[in-house]
Amino acid sequence: MVAYEITVEGLKYQYGKIKAVNDISFKVIKGEIFSFLGPNGAGKTTTINVLTTLLPIQKGKISISGFDLRTQPDEIRKSIGIVFQNETLDWNLTVEETLEFHGRLYAIPKKTRKDRINELIQIVKLEEKRDEFVKNLSGGMKRKLEIARGLLTRPKVLFLDEPTIGLDPNSRMRIWNYIKKVNKEGVTIFLTTHYMDEADQLSNNICIIDRGKIIANGFSEVLKQSLGMDVIYLQTDQDEKTFKIIKKMKEIKNIRKTPSELMISVEDGQKNMPRLIEQIRTQGIEIKSIYLKKPTLDDVFIHYTGRYFREEKKKKINI
Amino acid sequence: MRTEFLTIFWRDMLKFFRIKAMLFTSLIQPALWLALYGISMSSNFDSIIPKIPINQGVIQVNYLTFMAAGVISLTILFTCLYSGITLQFDKEFGLMKEMLASPLPRSHILIGLSLSGIAKSLIQTFIILVFGYVLGVRFFNTFSLMETIFSVLGILLFILLFAIGLLFLSSTIALRLKTHEGLQGVITLLSLPLFFASNALYPITSLPLAIKIISYGNPVSYFIQGLRYFTLGSNFYSFGNYYQYSSFDVLFALLFLLGFAISTYLFALRTIKKVKIV
Ligand SMILES: Nc1ncnc2c1ncn2[C@@H]1O[C@H](COP(=O)(O)OP(=O)(O)OP(=O)(O)O)[C@@H](O)[C@H]1O
Ligand SMILES: [Mg+2]
Repeated sequence: MVAYEITVEGLKYQYGKIKAVNDISFKVIKGEIFSFLGPNGAGKTTTINVLTTLLPIQKGKISISGFDLRTQPDEIRKSIGIVFQNETLDWNLTVEETLEFHGRLYAIPKKTRKDRINELIQIVKLEEKRDEFVKNLSGGMKRKLEIARGLLTRPKVLFLDEPTIGLDPNSRMRIWNYIKKVNKEGVTIFLTTHYMDEADQLSNNICIIDRGKIIANGFSEVLKQSLGMDVIYLQTDQDEKTFKIIKKMKEIKNIRKTPSELMISVEDGQKNMPRLIEQIRTQGIEIKSIYLKKPTLDDVFIHYTGRYFREEKKKKINI
Repeated sequence: MRTEFLTIFWRDMLKFFRIKAMLFTSLIQPALWLALYGISMSSNFDSIIPKIPINQGVIQVNYLTFMAAGVISLTILFTCLYSGITLQFDKEFGLMKEMLASPLPRSHILIGLSLSGIAKSLIQTFIILVFGYVLGVRFFNTFSLMETIFSVLGILLFILLFAIGLLFLSSTIALRLKTHEGLQGVITLLSLPLFFASNALYPITSLPLAIKIISYGNPVSYFIQGLRYFTLGSNFYSFGNYYQYSSFDVLFALLFLLGFAISTYLFALRTIKKVKIV
């Protein structure tokens, strides 16, 4: 039997008329790192805000650590830690005071509080900045302080809303390692990110969310393999016509239109690409660009939505 | 008993003493009022107003002493009304998320903030008393030791009720408005009638009817009534007027402030329970 730390069923959240979260369901296994992956405005933060009791629950059923969100929100507040997407630090407090304040909010007894603060300050390597004001910390240090704060209460679940946003690659790496370490000690991690590599590197289960809906859910490898072994991206002068031709080819597993090119999944790309090119050429269609790659989560997203995960990517291809 | 409100109190006081500009202005401002406005006005008034013959046993109070209570109320009024800005900033800059997502009962945010507002008010009152004494304010003049102690307790009680009523009022406004700029405007607008439609600087009796009516529903007037009763006694002359406060007047003022504090607390609590910050 798998034990679940979080179960969400039929969650909906609307800001006025905007349906930010539109009927999503998922489960987070106890002790795993779970990634919520999606582009800007997908509804990740809204979901986190409902799960962490900051927004009222409008529709759906949520249970966290065995507590029902509707009836036991206080129990849930006690058993979770949160690192918000946007900075939530008081610039006029020092590093130590920031943690002290948080510990007192949760009524952690003095002795335990002091011990944990000492331990966490060491872990996030802020010993030298202990008495420094928050306003004098670098962006990465502030982020680390927030992560330390999220862990101070020894939560069963730690929510991390884009934890590495604005960090240099080194700091990102260090924070990833730290998140993994915390996870090994038994804390279930709920992570949102729009970095594909982050989700891929860190997590067991990935939930891809777009426009308030979950479009794919599963282990990263399984998601990628569902596209087949290889993907081919193709750009021609007559995409419509090409689409029809390729669709008929039996070697092709799947084809999908994106705004600027066609995405084709195949089992054996190296063998099939030359055939594909031949087929198209014989019809008098000119190929502008074509390339073959192993599927990544980016491709999974394109496959399910017909859109690029990031706007920048489209631009890059058009050059 | 849960004591997490002390955490909110602790943080607010820490910042009060830490942000030097804030500390300095909040301590110097009441002294300046007393020194500039008080001294110039009293040197005028005390010479203009004819010395009306006084009944035997009734003391004559100089204008500076009379308006010192007004300066205390002005100071507390501004300090407490502006305290809501803390909440507004916390809300605007996301700090309140940390508190709202924690198991801290929401009422503790209000109570903690009120405690620090009271503490600041008391510090400022103390400064006015000391500085006022240097300038010639004479409080507790004819009081015995016991009467003085009793009066100090009475003053504390009045400050407490007045300050928390204002704090809850300001918290409610702060939580309902979207930006701190808007809040500053509303508070400035609110503080003017509260202060001037009261007996802080002059007697109510000769005010135009409209202002008089406002002053009867104005907590500032009742606060000052209590304050004058406990600092100057139950009957005295000042500013050409004869003042007489019965025990009933003082009790009524106390009840009025109590009602003010309770009703603003209920409003603030309702507001903070519904507040959404995302
Ligand atoms: N306070 C709000 N009022 C109205 N609409 C909102 C509010 N917050 C979010 N939205 C809308 O809800 C949708 C989902 O937003 P949300 O912040 O959950 O996205 P996200 O996945 O966290 O995006 P990002 O990666 O940019 O953080 C968006 O369309 C957004 O405009
Ligand atoms: Mg977000």
